[in-house]
Amino acid sequence: MADTVLSLTDARLTLDGNAGPVEILRGISLTVERGESVGLTGPSGSGKSSLLMLMGGLERATGGTITALGHDLSSMSEDDLARFRRGNMGIVFQSFHLVPTMTALENVALPLEIAGVADAFGRAEAELAAVGLGHRGHHYPSEMSGGEQQRVALARALAPRPAILLADEPTGNLDARNGAAIMELLFGLQADYGATLILVTHAPELAERCSRVVQLLDGALA
Amino acid sequence: MSASLRIAARELRGGLRGFRVFLLCLMLGVAAISAVGLVREAIRGGLSDQGAALLGGDAQYEFTYRRPAPEERAWIDARAVASSEVVEFRSMLQTGAGEALETALTQVKAVDNAHPLIGTLQLDPPLPVSTLFAQTDGPPAIFLDQILADRLGLAPGDPVRLGGVAFTMAARIQREPDSTGAGIGLGPRSIVALPAIEDSALLAPGALYETELRVTLPPDADLDALRAEAQAHFDGAGMRWQDRRRAAPGADRFVTRLGSFLVLVGLAGLAVGGVGISATVSAWLERKAETIATLRAIGATGGMIRAIFLWQLLALSVTGIAAGLVLGSAMVLFASGLIERLMPIPVDVGLSARPLIEAGLYGALVAAIFALWPLSRMLGQRAARLYRRNRTGRFSLPAFGALALIALLIAALVALAVWFSGMVMLTLGTLGGIALALGLLAIAGWLVRYAARALSHLARGRPALRAALASIGGPRSEAVPVILSLGLGLSVLAAVGQVDAGLRGAIAQDLPEVAPAYFVLDIQKDQLDPFLTRLDAIGGVDKVETVPMLRGIITEINGQNAREVAGEHWVLRGDRGVTYAETPREALTAGEWWPADYAGPPLASFAAQEAEELGLKLGDMITVNILGRDIEARITSFRDVDFSTAGIGFVLTLNPAALAAAPHTHLATIYAPPEAEAPILRDLAGAFPNITAIRVRDAIDRVTEALGAIARATSLAAGVTLLTGFVVLIGAAASGEAARAWEAALLKTVGATRRTVLASFALRSALLGAAAGLVAILFGALAGWAVLELVMEATFRFAPIPALAIVSGGVLATLLAGLVFALRPLSARPARVLRASE
Repeated sequence: MADTVLSLTDARLTLDGNAGPVEILRGISLTVERGESVGLTGPSGSGKSSLLMLMGGLERATGGTITALGHDLSSMSEDDLARFRRGNMGIVFQSFHLVPTMTALENVALPLEIAGVADAFGRAEAELAAVGLGHRGHHYPSEMSGGEQQRVALARALAPRPAILLADEPTGNLDARNGAAIMELLFGLQADYGATLILVTHAPELAERCSRVVQLLDGALA
Repeated sequence: MSASLRIAARELRGGLRGFRVFLLCLMLGVAAISAVGLVREAIRGGLSDQGAALLGGDAQYEFTYRRPAPEERAWIDARAVASSEVVEFRSMLQTGAGEALETALTQVKAVDNAHPLIGTLQLDPPLPVSTLFAQTDGPPAIFLDQILADRLGLAPGDPVRLGGVAFTMAARIQREPDSTGAGIGLGPRSIVALPAIEDSALLAPGALYETELRVTLPPDADLDALRAEAQAHFDGAGMRWQDRRRAAPGADRFVTRLGSFLVLVGLAGLAVGGVGISATVSAWLERKAETIATLRAIGATGGMIRAIFLWQLLALSVTGIAAGLVLGSAMVLFASGLIERLMPIPVDVGLSARPLIEAGLYGALVAAIFALWPLSRMLGQRAARLYRRNRTGRFSLPAFGALALIALLIAALVALAVWFSGMVMLTLGTLGGIALALGLLAIAGWLVRYAARALSHLARGRPALRAALASIGGPRSEAVPVILSLGLGLSVLAAVGQVDAGLRGAIAQDLPEVAPAYFVLDIQKDQLDPFLTRLDAIGGVDKVETVPMLRGIITEINGQNAREVAGEHWVLRGDRGVTYAETPREALTAGEWWPADYAGPPLASFAAQEAEELGLKLGDMITVNILGRDIEARITSFRDVDFSTAGIGFVLTLNPAALAAAPHTHLATIYAPPEAEAPILRDLAGAFPNITAIRVRDAIDRVTEALGAIARATSLAAGVTLLTGFVVLIGAAASGEAARAWEAALLKTVGATRRTVLASFALRSALLGAAAGLVAILFGALAGWAVLELVMEATFRFAPIPALAIVSGGVLATLLAGLVFALRPLSARPARVLRASE
């Protein structure tokens, strides 16, 4: 049990749609051990991204319990969840989600600053260099290609050395070459830092690179 | 119906959502301008319609400190249906005696039994004017203004004295038919019968009074012909003509100028609204980018696409302008009762076409100027670029044709404003000021962006501040639009604040330190020595200066009509004080003073600055009409006269032999500390009942009161600019809500608490508000300095309190606008916000 970093018990998510409540996740139970890499696959609309959001505390479950690193996410306030994510979780999105008004360096330094890390910018520079963008620190996201933006997002997610790395289709908006480069970086850095990786992906070949593959179908584990 | 019109109509079926800011901005600007214009027209209409009533007749022959001779009166009466003589002067009303002596300055009107020729004098109790002429055992009757009666604690039946003549108060004056009440009077009104004072010292030779002979004329009288005839007949007799067509020129000039100025301030509001219009149109076109690209892709020409969007803008502009005209009219009609009560003349507040057309045209031009810029920029882009989602374009100018059209529209706006106001310099000055302020604000916006960018490294480790600085300094920064929209209103308010505080400082604080306590008029020649002896005996008097004083009108310069030669200068408007002196009171700047005991042809010394403004040179001949007699004098010197200390200062001084024989009185200035003022007045008034003492502090209070009213009116108009700016801010905040929600979600994702996110949002709003406030203060200080130092020739001192209020106002406005639309993003779940933007 000491090695379990994520544990979901009968996790449910129902959202209000225009035509009434929509059941997105129907009782998911799952445990993830430290250092594991888990590939979440399934067809569109099966609830993969929603499950990832529940794991990251970005969405609140409407039923069941979700525990991360021994903390019950379902009972935490919005601010407690934000504080918990500092240093514990890094999240990479399909659309990169970089702050457009900040340079690459500033984007990477942001979570470190929020966590109160003393040498936030020094570390951010090192992280950018680790993803091969040491020379692009002072560029704005709008001045970078999609692949570069995703590398910045990856550096930002990994900068605080999180125990858990959540990645939501990180290559979904990239071409094959850039996608492959990002996945190399993702798995390489995960291995280097010993983080636990949860990867949402459509691509079976990417899922297969994970130590375990979990498939979702219509909001439930297949 | 053309295809473009059909497509435009289809596009507008979606309703006006997204155009609220556009419509509100246009509506507020047009409403403010139309409201000011309607009130101005009503007052001017009142002045024009009531001309005869305000003047007290169809025409008026005015004589300065003399009454018309019998043959002059006969000439006037022969051309009139009826005539009435009114003598006006200032004096002191007294009640009680000894220690209980109370005095008050009053503007006296001595009337004959034909007064008023037109209208009714309203009194309380409602007595007829004939009461003044009734034969009684006691003193004759006097009517007093309510304020005067209250100040002296008088009720009908109480005894009073005016210039040593005893009267009995009979009634309070409620409303005079022939009073414009505009300008700054020095005392409330008293009305007496002319025969009651005819033989008193009040009308003794040398006393300062004016006689107005008012006449009603036959219905077919030709005013122009009669004026020409009168001016020829009374040539050199010091007669001034006035008729019902411009019964109150001073009030008319004041209302026209203030009204035009307020309309121009309203234009500043419309210019701010233009920023909102431009932002709305930009956002609308961003939303329509794909539609535009698709229209291009399916074969629509650029002209057709332009027409589709222009039709829509036309429909929106017409809606906004119409709403503004309705709102402006409704406000004026709603407040018509209040406005009519507040006005000193009868006005009929209603709707009139001219101010509504003026406001509508301004609205249309501003909407076109500000909407064409983003429209032509967007339509100039290629379809492929329009299809791209991330079009964070660099700054680009519209095409040359569009720029030329915009320049043409701006020129039309300026030309229209000049034409409507009729005052070229005021209009160009105000519009130039607005353009300068907008330019300064835009530069300031860029500088703030640059500074935020440059200083962001100092905020490292403080994520809320750094995120705020990044948002101000980064791409898609709101710095320029926020500072532009809020800054202009704040700039006008800051300018008003600095000018008002500076003038008040100069008049109410600095002036009393150097100004005398009293001006004493009407001191007869034989009273001069006893007057000075008595002041010596009273004690508490620091200094007394006396000069002989006459009043005269400068009629000719080198034999030509003075006004035709030198224009409408204040020195030539009405009568001015004239004195004579053996030696100069002030330093000479040019020429030579006359020798002692000079008895040759009259010589004159003129105030140097005024001479320069009038274009006078040494050796010029100047004709001044005193007591109906023309005196032609050669200018032999110029003097440096300082009017800023409110001490004795005469524009025109003649050699003694030229004037000493004319009947005249003396003027004295008494310098004394405030605590000595009341005992001095009581003593002098008791000893010399005919003299008139004007307390300088009272005069200063009246002037500051008038300045305060002008400042309030301007602030009110500037308030509309600020309100429009606030609407633009709200609009910007509302349209930025989604971006804030996304930013809040992202910050939460990387570990920021709601407090940090809120702090970041609040900081960026407050920083931008403070920046707008600081720029406004800079502009205000610049305007204050220019008005005080260059126009008023007073000392400018920066007023910190209004400045602080401006910065606080700016911060508060942006905080309010920013935070209202920050609450929803703060409470939104990050997952949903981020998913929605995937």
